[in-house]
Amino acid sequence: MTVKEKTMPRLSPSRVQQLRHRYRRIGGRLLLYFLMIGVGVVFLHPILYMLAGSFKTVADLVNPGVEWIPSGLYTGNYSRAAAALDYGKSLGFTTAYTAAATVLQTFSCALAGYSLARHRFPLKRLWMAMIVLTFLIPANITLIPRYLQFFNYGFIDSPAAMLVPAAFGQGVNSAIFILVFNQFFSGYPPSFDEAAQIDGAGRLTVFARIALPICAPAIVVSLLFSFVWFWNETYNTALLMGESWRTLPIKLDSFVELFNNVHESAATGLGRINEGLTLAATVLVIAPLVVIYLVLQRRFIEGVEATGLTGE
Amino acid sequence: MKRLRPFRAVPVRIREAVSGYAFLAPWIAGFLAFTMYPFFYSVFLSIHQVGLDPGHPQSVFVGLKWYREALTVDTKFTIALLETMKFVVLSTPMIVVAALLLALLLNREFIGRAFFRAVFFFPVIIISGPVVSKLLETDAAQVISPESFLIYDFVGTLPGVLSAPLIYIFDNITLILWFSGVQIILFLAGLQKIGKPLREAAAIDGASAWQMLWKIYLPFLRPMILLNTVYTIVVLSNFADNAVNRLITDSKQLTGKAFSYSAAMSWIYLLLIMATLLIAFALLRERKGRG
Repeated sequence: MTVKEKTMPRLSPSRVQQLRHRYRRIGGRLLLYFLMIGVGVVFLHPILYMLAGSFKTVADLVNPGVEWIPSGLYTGNYSRAAAALDYGKSLGFTTAYTAAATVLQTFSCALAGYSLARHRFPLKRLWMAMIVLTFLIPANITLIPRYLQFFNYGFIDSPAAMLVPAAFGQGVNSAIFILVFNQFFSGYPPSFDEAAQIDGAGRLTVFARIALPICAPAIVVSLLFSFVWFWNETYNTALLMGESWRTLPIKLDSFVELFNNVHESAATGLGRINEGLTLAATVLVIAPLVVIYLVLQRRFIEGVEATGLTGE
Repeated sequence: MKRLRPFRAVPVRIREAVSGYAFLAPWIAGFLAFTMYPFFYSVFLSIHQVGLDPGHPQSVFVGLKWYREALTVDTKFTIALLETMKFVVLSTPMIVVAALLLALLLNREFIGRAFFRAVFFFPVIIISGPVVSKLLETDAAQVISPESFLIYDFVGTLPGVLSAPLIYIFDNITLILWFSGVQIILFLAGLQKIGKPLREAAAIDGASAWQMLWKIYLPFLRPMILLNTVYTIVVLSNFADNAVNRLITDSKQLTGKAFSYSAAMSWIYLLLIMATLLIAFALLRERKGRG
């Protein structure tokens, strides 16, 4: 640095300082963008690879010269993968089932959250602890006994096996949503509720007409994340809902088998299953979620920020 | 008059408690029926031999037989258990540290910040067992391909303590990053709560970025580091595609040990995960009497 000052004798010391500052800032910026883009590429690499691969013909797949850009926009993989997944029907079922689970879970969690936020009652701390505990316990501990239990109730091999627990606050990550609702319901002045009660409103009316509308952002968080998490839950869902009610991600798990069933004649030779087909199927399975995210991206991120799980 | 309105005569405290329990009732019912009952039922299953017909299980008490078998005889289980615990224990600190670093970078003001934030959060939306397993199957998740042996060769020359985690990172970098979306946003939201006055005051006092990281950011983020660590452990241990989870569902119909053997395996797994959570708590909880 002393060298720099000597080679630029005409600059005043304060100007040197200023320049040094500016260069350091530009350097920092460059480094920051370099890191961000690098990490971003690692994040998106699987998606880009997936998209590229899904348009590859068999010839492209075996050609080592074609790494990223397929020789043409070949959509055959998509049509064949869609047929194997029975895409139209599966998409309809998965969406309807996930939406139902989402609504039920949101409602049951809102009730529990309101109870905790706006009431004092004996053993409240115990129930709070239990709610947190349901989040910490690995799902597989209750899965097998739940399977036996639901078998007796006749829930097995039907969406009820997932929907009924969701309706009673035992769905996918229910505990998180209860805590989020608790946070939101505790966050507005109790005098709102009291005023309505003095005017003669019952607790249920207060909940439905005052608490829920004020805490609409919490409902949005719960709906969005419930949808995504129910959609992506396969561990319990696959076992409890059985073979005849398979969501898209579960179908993806047995894609090879499904494919060979549908395209029976193609089990050998050039038509047989390949990487391009698998990748196309994966794209088809995640596509609805990607569309939702592209539209509601901001809401998802703000949702996490607004959970209040970050203290204060 | 009093007899006409008996409800009003009930003390406010009791009315509040009744209402509180009324709102919590669905959850309590669900908790008892769908979580507590299966939870204790699985203890029962794990120490019995049950008949294959799930409608009429005829059970014989067998004590800790399945536990012993899982831990000492069944190599498939011990291998899966080790693999999963390694996955959880090695990935968790890496995910939390990666999330923290990315949050610190995102905390700066620069053009494109919202875009990168959206990119980093994106995997949260699509991550599921089958999708991840397909991506691993097709090598889509392999960013640093093993063909670039140069890196591997170089790392191989380092002592084992260093090279093992480095190779683990290379092999799993995408997965590590893909599991860090929620954590990044939570850290970021926490960082933004550190007021500008505090940062400016520190800067005026001549604190370097490095000092600020250790003296301001990290102590402030401590509770969130714990929260994110717990969240990460829970998510990873529940991940559908992990070896133990797969083995447990696959072995539910094993002849002679239907359901009960799976239950015993999941109890061993539960105890290990709980131990991991406790260790995380012990390491990261707020210590009293220390600034």
